[in-house]
Amino acid sequence: MIRKVRQHITQNEDLIFERSSPGKIGYQLPSLDVPEVDPAKALGAAHVRAEIEDAPEVSEVEVIRHFTRLSTWNYAIDLGMYPLGSCTMKYNPRVNELVARIEGMAWPHPYQPDSVSQGAMEVIARLEQALLAITGLDAVTLQPAAGAHGEFTGILLVRALLESRGNPRKRILVPDSAHGTNPATAMMAGYSVMNIKSNAKGLLDVEQLAKIVDDNVAALMVTNPSTLGVFEENIVQCAEILHAKGAMLYMDGANMNALVGLARPGDFGVDVMHINLHKTFSTPHGGGGPGGGPVAVKSHLAPFLPIPRLARVGDQWSWNYDLPQSIGRVRAFYGNFGVLVRALAYIMAHGGNGLRNATLDALLNANYLRYKLAPYFDLPYDSPNMHEVVFSDERQAKKGVRTGDIAKRLIDYGFHPYTVSFPTIVHGALMMEPTETESKRELDLFIDAMISISKEAEDEPEKLKSAPHLTRTTRVDETGAARRPILRWQPDKTASKAAD
Amino acid sequence: LRYLPKSDSERQEMLAACGFSRAEDLYRQLPDQALIHQPLDIEPGKSEYEIIDYFRDQSARNANGYASFLGAGVYNHYRPVIADVVVSRGEFLTSYTPYQAEISQGTLTAIFEFQTMICQLTGMDVANASMYDGSTAVPEAAMMAVRITGRNKILAARTVHPEYREVLRTSLRYQGLPVSEFGYDAKSGLLDLADLESKLDDDTAAVIVQSPNFFGIVDQVEEAARIAHKKGALLVLVFAEAVALGILEPSEGADIVAGELQSFAISPSYGGPFAGIIATRDKHLRQVPGRLVGETTDTHGNRAFCLTLSTREQHIRREKATSNICTNQALIALMATVFLELYGKAGLRELALQNLSKAHYLASKLKPRFTGPFFNEFVASGNGRSVGDINEDLLGQKIIGGLPLARFYPELENTVLLCATEMTKRQEMDHVAEAFTK
Repeated sequence: MIRKVRQHITQNEDLIFERSSPGKIGYQLPSLDVPEVDPAKALGAAHVRAEIEDAPEVSEVEVIRHFTRLSTWNYAIDLGMYPLGSCTMKYNPRVNELVARIEGMAWPHPYQPDSVSQGAMEVIARLEQALLAITGLDAVTLQPAAGAHGEFTGILLVRALLESRGNPRKRILVPDSAHGTNPATAMMAGYSVMNIKSNAKGLLDVEQLAKIVDDNVAALMVTNPSTLGVFEENIVQCAEILHAKGAMLYMDGANMNALVGLARPGDFGVDVMHINLHKTFSTPHGGGGPGGGPVAVKSHLAPFLPIPRLARVGDQWSWNYDLPQSIGRVRAFYGNFGVLVRALAYIMAHGGNGLRNATLDALLNANYLRYKLAPYFDLPYDSPNMHEVVFSDERQAKKGVRTGDIAKRLIDYGFHPYTVSFPTIVHGALMMEPTETESKRELDLFIDAMISISKEAEDEPEKLKSAPHLTRTTRVDETGAARRPILRWQPDKTASKAAD
Repeated sequence: LRYLPKSDSERQEMLAACGFSRAEDLYRQLPDQALIHQPLDIEPGKSEYEIIDYFRDQSARNANGYASFLGAGVYNHYRPVIADVVVSRGEFLTSYTPYQAEISQGTLTAIFEFQTMICQLTGMDVANASMYDGSTAVPEAAMMAVRITGRNKILAARTVHPEYREVLRTSLRYQGLPVSEFGYDAKSGLLDLADLESKLDDDTAAVIVQSPNFFGIVDQVEEAARIAHKKGALLVLVFAEAVALGILEPSEGADIVAGELQSFAISPSYGGPFAGIIATRDKHLRQVPGRLVGETTDTHGNRAFCLTLSTREQHIRREKATSNICTNQALIALMATVFLELYGKAGLRELALQNLSKAHYLASKLKPRFTGPFFNEFVASGNGRSVGDINEDLLGQKIIGGLPLARFYPELENTVLLCATEMTKRQEMDHVAEAFTK
């Protein structure tokens, strides 16, 4: 039975271009207090466009209705649980939004003098200190814009250090359970990728690692807890194997939400890691960004961090560009400052103990899901899990129902799906991360929904294969979209109107 | 803690359901060496009021209520109120990347409109769903050109934003893709086309130019494109001041456009978050990095949108992906989308005209260092005074002066890059002019 939702009316809405008519406006500029310049004279007639062809002409009320209507077609954390594994979709506190919009936070120009930017720099310094306390590492850059960007920065740091020792080496080791960004990053940093197989527990295979780590290996990129949600129990030995051969341990911090206040990567052998502020530290995902991807390192990598670095000179903060071994910039200015503000506000709200308590609740929620759902779904690896749990669709597949079908049916029950078919080491994976900000009631509703779907898979599998049924938009033709890409609206080509 | 929706008795009940007796059981498997044995060195949790107070205090230590003449890639433009109203809706703010199309049509439709308007503005056929910012879009465009041409050298104009060029160098250094630079004409500030021609060779994948360039000058993009194409290289056109697109003729010759949208309702925020774009011609579609939204239908035949062509991306292709980018700047791109729809056809033009007019008013009182045509920024010399002194004087009057250029261009000692926008008042410009002539 579906308990969490029932249907309600949603508004139809055209594309904005279809609401446009010549002469409508949604703006007003102040009257010009200087003489108007003729653009053809100032820039040369050849440089001046006649008009922006097909650009919309609409009023303010139409714009606000347009986006409000569109917004109601989205699922969101504010509507309920979002159990995407490794995505850490937790509540986004609104005070964080408020403080990021205070004038002195939202409007500083990155090139304004340091003397009138001390507050912004103080915020950056305080976040740096908190992240070092949390990771147990020695230095951090806040410049990378997101997780994958942080990975790239981190691997460049490894490369720069190894190069300074005379040999950048050739390979990065990536477990088969890793996120796709890891191998893509290694390539961008000029390394070849060697995929390594997980052991029977889905974890790093220490014996195999000892055999393959040689002086051609620059680093191992490992997600810990792994994408199975399992802490790499041999992480310390793995670090020792790597370090003995002069290679480094890179940690993908996507799953750091399992460790904050509990365990520090710096203590278990990690040399360099990135942190996803938009996961662990609750800065809003916003439908796919912005994020923040700080990179924290042990002291041997610190000289190579991107410029500029924050420095204390007397009683003032200043930006230090004089770092001869630095890899250079990875982004203009100082990173996604507005995201940093939100992350710091999150950390301040929790405090040291609060962060640990949040972690414990994240572990509790994931374990609760595991124990409640294990009777209904196949659990391919039975190691103790941390903040997420991965099932497989093995039982349901016998009826032809796959993880993607279960996920789509979950939508009818009022939930966003879990992560589908990842990690790929689990055939037909259902990867669930509830996070700490779900109540027992919301979890129970989710558990009920999953159990109900598991029964439907037995009794009426066809219902799942064509789900969702109750949404305004039913299953979309993704194959068709890729076969004949339409990536922009054009006045003559878009025949159909919005859903009627 | 107010963000954790559980009572202690519920915790106990849940622990018991898992067969645990205490919270410590939840991490019993961790090796002792990994465990923390003392509390994190972070102050105890604070109330909402204390948090707001802290950020207000820090805000007060930053410039507040100053007039600013800084541009250089980050511009002081008005942000319509409804941009924040829209992005503050929880359905946009707290949703994930729209992989589940059936419950993400709001975000997907908005991105489709975004892609459309970026095409309209740039004159390109395809635009992606956003990059992190302008600076990181540039190396992505360069790598695209490398994949398309099969060549390995990049040639960038020195008038491309200096920090974008730094990011370009960092990003390409280890991929065997050498980056070199060509100059600008010392008098006009325009591209030195002869220098470009002399440095181009058969291994050059891309020529990268910016217009308006870092000095604010509307540059000779078509000439550069012709020269690049003659040698079989692509032309990558960069923009940092998106407002200029409202008045500038889209480039005929550019193959890839990479730019920064901060000017479209995105607050300066001490340098980010912003949103970058990559746009290109249809024939290069398969080499575009990042996410793309396409139109399709659902099982009822209704128009619907979804993420598409993901076989280019890291989560499918892993080490063979066009880029490692995953998270991009969706919410920031949404601000720009709201802005573009509000201003629309007439507003974007009028806004550009106001910027042009303001900067030309200011320039009429000073002597621009270069003769090339400029949009809303120009370079001015100290006119006998040290630009440091000028800026110091202005700061005393709560005016942040132009950016001294010597840090990026040693040959432009004692010059500043000044910017005026629709937010700049005539009186403030008169003050600046006075400071230069004192």
